[in-house]
Amino acid sequence: MRMPRRDFLVKAAAGLLGGLTVGRAAVLPAAASTEHSSQHAVPHGGNMTVGDVDLKRLGFDPSRYLRSFDWGRASKLPNGRTVREYSIVASERDIEIAPGVFFPAWVFNGTVPGPTLRAREGDLLRIKLINASKHPHTLHFHGIHKAEMDGVPGIGRGDVLPGESFTYEFEAIPFGLHQYHCHSAPLKRHIHKGLYGAFIIDPKQGRPPAQELVMMMNAFDTNFDNENEVYAVNSVAFHYAKHPIRVMRDRLVRIYLINITEFDPINSIHVHANFFHVFRTGTSFVPSEYTDTIMLCQAERAVLEMRFPYPGRFMFHAHQTEFTELGWMGLFEVTDNGGV
Amino acid sequence: MAVSDARRMSRRWVWGLLPLLLLAVLVAVLVRFGPLGVFQAVVPPLEELTINRVKLEPGRFVIHVTNGGPEPVTIAQVLVDEAYWQFEMSPAGTVPRLGTATITLAYPWVEGEAHHLKLLSSTGTPFEHTVDVATASPRVDARYLGTFTLLGVYVGVLPVFLGLLWLPFVRRLDSRWTGFFLSLTAGLLVFLGVDALDEALEVARGLPGAFQGVGLILTGVLVSALLLVWVSRRFTAGNETARHLGLALLIAVGIGLHNLGEGLAIGAAYSLGKVALGTFLVLGFTIHNTTEGLAIVTPIARERTALPTLVLLGLVAGAPTILGALIGGLSYSPVLATLFLAVGAGAIFQVVYELLKLMMADARTPAFGYQVAGFAAGLLVMYVTGLFVAA
Repeated sequence: MRMPRRDFLVKAAAGLLGGLTVGRAAVLPAAASTEHSSQHAVPHGGNMTVGDVDLKRLGFDPSRYLRSFDWGRASKLPNGRTVREYSIVASERDIEIAPGVFFPAWVFNGTVPGPTLRAREGDLLRIKLINASKHPHTLHFHGIHKAEMDGVPGIGRGDVLPGESFTYEFEAIPFGLHQYHCHSAPLKRHIHKGLYGAFIIDPKQGRPPAQELVMMMNAFDTNFDNENEVYAVNSVAFHYAKHPIRVMRDRLVRIYLINITEFDPINSIHVHANFFHVFRTGTSFVPSEYTDTIMLCQAERAVLEMRFPYPGRFMFHAHQTEFTELGWMGLFEVTDNGGV
Repeated sequence: MAVSDARRMSRRWVWGLLPLLLLAVLVAVLVRFGPLGVFQAVVPPLEELTINRVKLEPGRFVIHVTNGGPEPVTIAQVLVDEAYWQFEMSPAGTVPRLGTATITLAYPWVEGEAHHLKLLSSTGTPFEHTVDVATASPRVDARYLGTFTLLGVYVGVLPVFLGLLWLPFVRRLDSRWTGFFLSLTAGLLVFLGVDALDEALEVARGLPGAFQGVGLILTGVLVSALLLVWVSRRFTAGNETARHLGLALLIAVGIGLHNLGEGLAIGAAYSLGKVALGTFLVLGFTIHNTTEGLAIVTPIARERTALPTLVLLGLVAGAPTILGALIGGLSYSPVLATLFLAVGAGAIFQVVYELLKLMMADARTPAFGYQVAGFAAGLLVMYVTGLFVAA
C-alpha cells in the first residue's frame, strides 16, 4: 500500500461526490460571471493592492519624483564652462513598496530610485558619493569617461568603504538618457536593493518643451529568492493607478523610460489608446519607431514622445501581464487644463 | 494529632509550590528588567503562518490562517495567481502568536483549475497555498449531509457489517484455526495502526511549529492506549465469555476511533478542494475495509452472541466514519485530525496487546505455526487489498 490510505479515501470521496460536483459546475460559471460584472466599479477588476502607501513615512512621493530633477550646484569656470556638483549619500532604509509591505532597501539620498541627475551636454560634473551605509558602494555612470571614474571595484578608487567618500568627475557626454547605479559586488544585489537613479544629459540645443516624466521600471524581491514579488514604475506598486499622472491634452508628453528591473531580463511599456515616437537612449533627434509598445532589456532606456488627443483616463503598463498584475500599472489623467 | 497531620499536609504543598512561585518571580523579573534582549537576534524573526483551510464560494475565496510562529505576522497584501488582489481581513492586519484570522477576497476562480494563493507579510515574506482543483466548497445542506453519510456507510459501516458475517464461519473452526484467525486479526490491526500513525505524521508535518505535531501524536497514542488498558481491566474482569465480548468491543472501539480519523481526512480533503477523480475506489475501499469486521468477530467466535450485540459492535466500529466525514467537511482542523489519528493508532495498538494476552491465555493447544501464519496472512491481506484499491 504505497499510497497513503487517506489518498484512496480522498479519491473515493471524489468519485462518490462526482455527480454533485458536475451538478455545481453547470451553475457556477453564471454565478462567477455575475460576480465579475459587479466588479466593474472595483479598480482594475479587483486586481489592486489594498490600502495606500504612507508617503510621509516613505519620504518619497512617486508623483513628485516623476518631474523632479537635480541640476546640481552650478558654477562657471573662467573659460565659461559650467561645472555641476552633486552630492549622493548611500545609506540603508526600509521602504514601503506596496501598502504595508516593507523592503530593506539600500538607498541613494534616502529614496529608490535615487535623485534624477540632470545636466547639459559638455558640462563638467563632480558627483560626491558619501557612503553612510554598512557596505562598500560605488557610483557607476553610463556615459563616456576615464577608467578611474567608472565606479568599478578594483579600478581607480574602486569601492568606497563605509564612512568614506569619493568625488567622480567627468564630462557630460553623450547627450541622451542614461543612468547611474552602484557597481559593487555582488552586483545583482547592489542594484536590486535600490542603488540606482536616472541620469539625463540634455543636448546643447535642448529639446522641444514638453511635460517631462521620469519612469524607472523597477521591481523588488522581498524574500530574496531571486524572483520579484513587486513590480512598479518608480518603486510603489500601483501608485499611478491610485494617483493618476495628470497631463494636458494635445501638449507634448516626454517620458524618460529606464529599465532597471533585476532578475527578469526584459520589461516593457504599453500606453493605451495612443502611439509614441521612440528615441532609443535619447541619443538622436530622429525617432526610430512609432509604436504603442516597446521592450527594454535590463539597463536599456528610451525617450518616448506623444500627445494625448482625447481627455480621460488612459492606462499604461508593462505588457508582460504578469508584471502588470504585480503592480506595474498606472493611469494618465488627460485634461484640458492639465497641471500637476 | 489531626491538626499536626493537616499542618504536615499543607507544608508538603508549600514545598511543592515553592519552585513554581520562584519560577513566576523569575519570569516577571526577566520580562520587566531582564537580559532577554541579549537573546533577541538582530535579524528580523522568521515569520510563520499556516493556511489551514481555503473555502471556495461562488466568486470568492475564504482563507483561514493560523500564526504558529514566535512573532506576530502582519498580512499586508494578498496575491492570487501572481496578481495583487483586493481583500478583506478579519480581524484586520496583524495575526498575533497562535492567533487566527479570516481573509475574504472576491475572485472569479475557474471550476476545475488550479489557483495559487500567496499572502505577503509586511516584511515581504510570502505564505503560499495551492487550490489543486477548484470546486465550490460544500455548503451544509441536506444533500451535503446525505452525501457524506452515504460515503461513511460505504467505506465504514457496510464493510464492517459484511465482515461480521464471517462469525458463523469462524465459529465452526477448531482451536488451531481460531488461533490462526486471531493472529490474522492482530496482523490486520498492526497494519491499520501503523497506517494511522503514518497518516498522523503526514498531517502533523503541515501543522504550525507551535502545535508540536509529533508531541501531539505521542500524547494521543499513549494516553488513548493507557486509557483503554484501564477500561479493559474492567471489561475483561469477568468470566471468559465476558472477557471475549469485552475484547470484541475494545477492537470495535479501536477501529471506530481509527475510522473517525479517516472520516475527518476524507471530509477535509473534499472541502479543501484536494480531490482527484475516481469512482471505483469507493468499491475498492469497501473490499479493503471488510477485513475490519473479521477482526471484531474472531474473539467471540466461541461465544453465543445476540444479534443486537453484533449490530452494536458494527456501529461502534463503522459509524464514526460518518461522524468524522461530517466534522472534517464542516470545520477541518489539522490539529484535531492529527490528534484523532493518533488516538486511533493508540487504541489499535492497545487492542493488539489485548489480543496477544488472550492468545497467551488460550494457549492450551499450542499451535504457534498457525499463529505466525495467521499474523503474516493478516498483514498480507491488508497489503494485497490495498494494492487492489490502488490499481
